[in-house]
Amino acid sequence: MNLRIRRDENGNPKKSPFSVQMDLSKFNSAMFEKATDEEKSQQDVMSESTTFFKDGMRKLFKNPLAVGSIIVLSLILLIIIFAPLFVPYRYEEILSVNGVRDKGAKNLAPFTYSKLEQQYIEAGGTRFPHIFGTDEQCRDYFIRVIYGTRVSLVVGFFASIIVLIIGMLYGSISGYLGGKVDLVMMRIVDIIYSLPDMLIIILLSVVLQTILQFTPGSFLDSLGTNMISLFIVFGLLYWVGMARLIRGQILSIKQNEYILAAKSIGAPTGRIITRHILPNCLSVIIISTALQIPSAIFTESYLSFVGLGVQAPMPSLGSLANSARGGLQSNSYKLLFPALMICLIVLSFNLLGDGLRDAFDPKLRK
Amino acid sequence: MTSTPLIEVKNLKQYFPIKTGLFKTEYLKAVDDVSFSIDEGETLGLVGESGCGKTTVGRTLLRLYEPTAGEVLFHGVPVTKNNIHGMRQKMQMVFQDPYSSLDPRMTVEDIIGEPLDVHHLYSNKSERREKILTLMEYVGLNAEHATRYAHEFSGGQRQRIGIARALAVNPKFIVCDEPVSALDVSIQAQVINMFEELQEKLGVAYLFIAHDLLVVHHISKRIAVMYLGKIVETGTADDVNYTPIHPYTESLMSAVPIPDPDYTRSRHRIVLQGDVPSPLRMPSGCPFRTRCRYACAQCAKEMPPLTDRGNGHMVACWVK
Ligand SMILES: Nc1ncnc2c1ncn2[C@@H]1O[C@H](COP(=O)(O)OP(=O)(O)OP(=O)(O)O)[C@@H](O)[C@H]1O
Ligand code: SF4
Ligand SMILES: [Mg+2]
Repeated sequence: MNLRIRRDENGNPKKSPFSVQMDLSKFNSAMFEKATDEEKSQQDVMSESTTFFKDGMRKLFKNPLAVGSIIVLSLILLIIIFAPLFVPYRYEEILSVNGVRDKGAKNLAPFTYSKLEQQYIEAGGTRFPHIFGTDEQCRDYFIRVIYGTRVSLVVGFFASIIVLIIGMLYGSISGYLGGKVDLVMMRIVDIIYSLPDMLIIILLSVVLQTILQFTPGSFLDSLGTNMISLFIVFGLLYWVGMARLIRGQILSIKQNEYILAAKSIGAPTGRIITRHILPNCLSVIIISTALQIPSAIFTESYLSFVGLGVQAPMPSLGSLANSARGGLQSNSYKLLFPALMICLIVLSFNLLGDGLRDAFDPKLRK
Repeated sequence: MTSTPLIEVKNLKQYFPIKTGLFKTEYLKAVDDVSFSIDEGETLGLVGESGCGKTTVGRTLLRLYEPTAGEVLFHGVPVTKNNIHGMRQKMQMVFQDPYSSLDPRMTVEDIIGEPLDVHHLYSNKSERREKILTLMEYVGLNAEHATRYAHEFSGGQRQRIGIARALAVNPKFIVCDEPVSALDVSIQAQVINMFEELQEKLGVAYLFIAHDLLVVHHISKRIAVMYLGKIVETGTADDVNYTPIHPYTESLMSAVPIPDPDYTRSRHRIVLQGDVPSPLRMPSGCPFRTRCRYACAQCAKEMPPLTDRGNGHMVACWVK
């Protein structure tokens, strides 16, 4: 056979002008270097083994907003835990000097003293400064804000836990059983979802206040009916979102072949739920709980603001903001402190929740 | 051949109820009256288009789905709801998708160890670990990989993990559901060779599901061809491959590239007309008649039975 290869003037085979083949004549062996064994082994090395949790945490700490909110929240926590140890006033204490009621200590500006206190200091006594001033009932405002924050955080935290427990149980039963059970359970959720929540909360709080009577001096009584009704309201209304979320998660996890694989090796149902389904929706549970806390704090503040929250003299951020409304023109800073605190807490939790979602949500992972 | 086969599937049916209206439920006949048997240490290849019910055959066989009708015998013993837990030690499955079939929250060690845990196949921790490492060696995984998570592995390695998990209970029979379809061609060959080596070493039987005829021909002694939930042709791998009889198999084979120029020249490609009918609206009589070149009046009336064309080559067709 006569093969004709067209050659150029140097005798190299001529390439078609459209060929993308590399022109090897431009290279010679001196231009290449053998890969060292080290370089070769680098190809085999996999990235460092990380657990899901470690990997998520690493990502979380790379997110400046999330780190910022962790710092802010830790600071707030430290302050509300330790500040009452240093501040010699109690939140319900009406200021007095040497056992004499200090009538002049009303609506003091931050870091100022009343006349009586000044006389006392001049006489050689020491008096702890009123960091945020005082309110119109002559109580130290700083310690009231601290306690208000405590109350709000506790309410937010426990309300979220109530929501989490009810929502998780309901959602996982509905999602795992599926079929008709799921259908009925989800219609109930739909009904609760369609109720106007603020209206129901207000109605419930009013009704519960008249129904709930606790023996005076008991733990429940010291919590106050409003607080109890607040938790009941959360337990009744707010779990539906969590239940829906967890049901959806379980439904989608159930579709995965690894669940079928677990069945095919003979794993019993209990093992499948605890070993395969729950660990795989744990991140979503954590994220939505973190996002639930600010929403609970917000609701608590709102209810306290309209007078349905915690009972006086117990402060909460919402009720503090409410009572600051009166002297808005003269002492506007009194609204500023609780309002700022609410903003800081809610914002930090929201940013932290978002950070957690970015770090742990498998759908966003590569 | 009078000895009882390892696996015998008799008239297996799997109908999925599908809600087509508010109060209307239709049945999707994913597997309709399928029978076959597999001897010890043998491989039966199961081929067919996507959606023809291959996976459903495998899963119903292992009772991952409750069969609508029919029975499965293991060594002549019917597999039932009551004895399935013990049977799971003898029959295992390798899944189609190496990505979703491994729990992302478990280490390789725990994935392979789970069957051991479930069936209490070890007396102490070190024995468990030893068994796991042996299994990993079988499938060509590095011992260092034991503490890693599944998401850190490539598709081929993940499929090896899945195979090690199936082997953990020392089964006699494994359903391999398109174990290589999701892998690169270069890795497919490695994994298929591994399946063959394991079969030689351990004497397991396979139901090897695939849609790639070359792969199935390479690994199996006998092949069954499925179309819309029914087996339309079965016989030795060579018979089905080189002398296909059923018009559907014929068209499948004509599309396979064969590295023999003389042979290729003597064939012509048969391109099928039309689409696969919806399994909800199956044609009457022969399911293939809407796309068949030879269809006649008889085909629309009655489903052709599988008849022997010599040497155990069974075909379900009226005309051919
Ligand atoms: N759990 C189920 N419920 C309802 N229908 C199903 C279910 N599983 C499978 N099907 C239907 O049964 C038919 C057969 O599906 P199957 O997964 O067995 O096909 P296949 O041959 O394995 O396809 P592929 O090659 O794509 O894996 C399809 O029409 C599918 O939609
Ligand atoms: S029975 Fe009829 S329609 Fe079916 S494959 Fe044979 S010739 Fe075609
Ligand atoms: Mg399949």
